[in-house]
Amino acid sequence: MAAPDRTGEDSAEPEPGQKARLDDDFTQLYKAHLRDVYSYAYYRVGNHHDAEDLTEQTFLQAYRHFERAQRESRGRPLRPWLIRIAHNLAANYYRDRSRRPQTPIDDAGALSTLHTTESLVEDRDDLARILAGVQELPDDRREALIMRFALGMDNREIARALGRTDGATKVLIHRAIRQLEEVVAAKQGPTE
Amino acid sequence: MSAPDFETRLRQALTPVDPPGDLEERLEMTLGEIVELAADELEAWELTAFKDPRNWVRMARPAAAVVIGTGAAVGLVVLRTQRKRHRRRAQARGALDLVDRTLRDFGREALRVFDDVR
Repeated sequence: MAAPDRTGEDSAEPEPGQKARLDDDFTQLYKAHLRDVYSYAYYRVGNHHDAEDLTEQTFLQAYRHFERAQRESRGRPLRPWLIRIAHNLAANYYRDRSRRPQTPIDDAGALSTLHTTESLVEDRDDLARILAGVQELPDDRREALIMRFALGMDNREIARALGRTDGATKVLIHRAIRQLEEVVAAKQGPTE
Repeated sequence: MSAPDFETRLRQALTPVDPPGDLEERLEMTLGEIVELAADELEAWELTAFKDPRNWVRMARPAAAVVIGTGAAVGLVVLRTQRKRHRRRAQARGALDLVDRTLRDFGREALRVFDDVR
């Protein structure tokens, strides 16, 4: 694969050797983070078809601005940048099509692979309630939880992806967990 | 459920989702195609731009700058060489010597102008 196409803001044309290095770096980036971006997209849009589309768009967007991002990151991880691109694209996705996930996510990895025996039906229901609860949270809280628990991002990475301070992110995650606990408890309430 | 238990359950619920096997390959192919298209586009654009008379002026600017700059430098050398013509005539021991002195002055002035430009 050749080096990223530079846009007007990245006016300096890199040398052939530099292009090859950029090319290799980008290949490593998407190999390392394809699963992260896909997981994020999946939990945001709720189905595999749109998640694939969103993942592809995210990497195409990243590809266009990779040289600049790499230059400005000064060695910091680029995962928050990638997730931020996915976050913005997902926001456009909902705005353009005026939609949100219509049905709760019911075929995520954990539910379809780990909980298939009868003895684990209760566990499966429990996890389904949690997933349904996540979908009911406000957007910023839901995203913070996806980043923390599905992608394993730390507070600093989440803060960079969401464009918030570390402190605000810590509070956001804490409140998201508390709210989710209440939502899940309310769902369990009538039967237990 | 205690807070750590709840977070454990949350982690289990939000387990990472593997992308379809062909997504990586498809993505790599798409990116490769984009680069090829961009290269073709650039090549076509350059050719079209070259054929368009409206771009000739813009393209001719560097050449015109070189021609004008060279002309100005030569003019300056000639002017400076001309200034010393009376002294050369006074010192020359014949027509050939005068030509020789003129050429040497011209060379010296050319070197001076070249140094100034540099």
